[in-house]
Amino acid sequence: MTKKISFTSILAQILLLLFVVAWIAPTFGLFISSLRDKDVLAISGWWTSFITTEVNEIYRTKGMEVQFEKDGYFFIEDNLFGDKKPKEISSFGITSKDINGYEIKNTATFKDGSEITLSKNGNYSWKSKEAFTKKKGKRIFITALSPPSFTFENYKEVLFKEGLGQAFINTFAVAIPSTLIPLIICSFFAYSLTWMKFFGRDLLLAIVIASLVVPLQMSLIPVLSLYNDFGALFGVSAKSYPGIWMAHTGFGLASTTFLLWNFLKSLPNEMMEAARVDGATHYDTFIKIVVPLSIPAFASIFILQFLWVWNDLLVGLVFLDKNPSEIILTAKLKELLGSRGENWEILTTGAFISMSVPLLIFFSLQRYFIRGLVAGSVKG
Amino acid sequence: MNIFSLALIVLVGILFFVLFFHFSNFVLDYYEKKSKSSFTFENSIRVIIFIAPAFIVLFVFIIYPVFETIRLSFFDKVGREFVGWHNYSWAIKDPDFRRGILNNLGWLLIVPTLSTFFGLVIANLADRIWWGTIAKSIIFMPMAISFVGAGVIWKFIYDYRGPGDDQIGLLNAITVALGFEPQAWLTISIWNNLFLMAIMIWIQTGLALVIFSAALRSIPNETLDAARIDGASELKIFWSIIIPYLQQTILVIWTIITILVLKVFDIIYAMTNGQWQTEVLANLMYDWMFRGGGDSGRGSVLAFCIMIGVIPILAWNLYQHRKDQQL
Repeated sequence: MTKKISFTSILAQILLLLFVVAWIAPTFGLFISSLRDKDVLAISGWWTSFITTEVNEIYRTKGMEVQFEKDGYFFIEDNLFGDKKPKEISSFGITSKDINGYEIKNTATFKDGSEITLSKNGNYSWKSKEAFTKKKGKRIFITALSPPSFTFENYKEVLFKEGLGQAFINTFAVAIPSTLIPLIICSFFAYSLTWMKFFGRDLLLAIVIASLVVPLQMSLIPVLSLYNDFGALFGVSAKSYPGIWMAHTGFGLASTTFLLWNFLKSLPNEMMEAARVDGATHYDTFIKIVVPLSIPAFASIFILQFLWVWNDLLVGLVFLDKNPSEIILTAKLKELLGSRGENWEILTTGAFISMSVPLLIFFSLQRYFIRGLVAGSVKG
Repeated sequence: MNIFSLALIVLVGILFFVLFFHFSNFVLDYYEKKSKSSFTFENSIRVIIFIAPAFIVLFVFIIYPVFETIRLSFFDKVGREFVGWHNYSWAIKDPDFRRGILNNLGWLLIVPTLSTFFGLVIANLADRIWWGTIAKSIIFMPMAISFVGAGVIWKFIYDYRGPGDDQIGLLNAITVALGFEPQAWLTISIWNNLFLMAIMIWIQTGLALVIFSAALRSIPNETLDAARIDGASELKIFWSIIIPYLQQTILVIWTIITILVLKVFDIIYAMTNGQWQTEVLANLMYDWMFRGGGDSGRGSVLAFCIMIGVIPILAWNLYQHRKDQQL
């Protein structure tokens, strides 16, 4: 090959690398952030978390209660970090104007003449000629080295305290039936559209194809009012799990049927006819021939519909209550965006938890996912 | 509700449908095999069993609502009194509605175009590089993520801190590093729409990418080799061979993303909730469904406006389908 081609190939590699970096950076940043300590997360960018950085923090010494007398001097001794995670201090200061004026070994002198020394691990010794009289200690400014550190604390907090664990379970309770029910109903429907002869079959198929593109929004108001009427009539809540299953079934029905129909009509006609001649009923044919052959198609459709339901927000908002026993992950996450908008440790972790299942499916079953999407796009 | 009672309802729900199909067919099989007659009666029952559940669901959740929504758009806010074109004339005069239409048009123009373009370029690049499969996988990944999850990811990127503080949002960190003032990106009217669209483009490029990737493989190698021997540059090949070859695919991807963008709701609801002039039709509709006890008339008008956007696509699909059937 000539030099020119290898040059374009390098250019292509660089360009593709730029795309990849731009596409992965947002998710990667979120993931790293969810593993960081919430205090550092709020004050420094996630890209700084891989290297040791300097952080400036303020602590307060203990007050007069803990003082003791020795050799004519009064002392207060303790550790600055107390119960918190210790850090390695590089320098410190005693006024806000000069926050790192003292090296670790030096002694700082306060206005009242008392002296303080600080060691690397946060132990301090505060010495005074006269007894300490203030309950409140002095502020100490430290500059510490913060080595890369990651933690699962955020996950524990979000799953158990913020109620995301329950929302996670709820989402499964929505997603599994909302995926399986359309699959069951539509496989019979698609079979009949492909292999049974009856009046109005072409019209029915045309309706399915037209329904493919009808926006969800067209259904929301009428279906919600149907649910309300139904709920009032039987004295049950209009918002329930079976309600949302059927809504998702309805909204996913056209695409599921269409994908299955597309697949089924590619099966050899002779096989069906042979089975019929042998005296198999349509149900026998369906169970013994069509279903086993359709497993790959089922897998693709299952994944598409499952991801769609798992990631849905609108249907969940309209057809389920927002109380903890019904709220789904996406709705919960949106709620957190509103109420905990500045708590990035909660948001990043929550988002990552909500993404965990789709990502798992994506990486393990990517081939089926792509196959479904490509098949679905043949017609649009 | 605890996990066991939930699991139980789920199981009952699914079993209900399985058992319905199994028992009804089982009974019918029994009679069909016993009678051995020419099976016209059993057959029509069978058709009904196979079709009825799907058809009822399709009717209740799609067919009836389409007509009901159109009807409701001519009625007052509780759907009782006929008000003629009143809701429509309200919409035309409403500044939010106009803003929503404009924003929707912006989304329709920019998102499908850029997603398709990026998808096409990346598919071409990835096809000739040994680590292309991994690259495609990474760029495709956002397709698996929910819009709300993507919203959190990008809100983090657009995060804003005062000029003196360390920026924790990537975009502002870059802005500051380049020597500019940090910005609260999502509050800058008009431009903030672009920052929201970036999220959708980030997600949908993956879809375009995988479909293009599949389609690229259908271009015969001989054609490409012939062009190369004739001395055509890679860029020339891209424009003169690949793009014309993929015309149909480009159209399909464009349509899919267009339909999706028309309904865009989650991203805006999660990121700005329509503030700072970012509202689109779907968000306005959601607002009107629940604002002040709900206004089904106005909500229906908004839903119908979204529907109008898909009618050309719907007609085109049906036309294509008829053409295929006749072949």
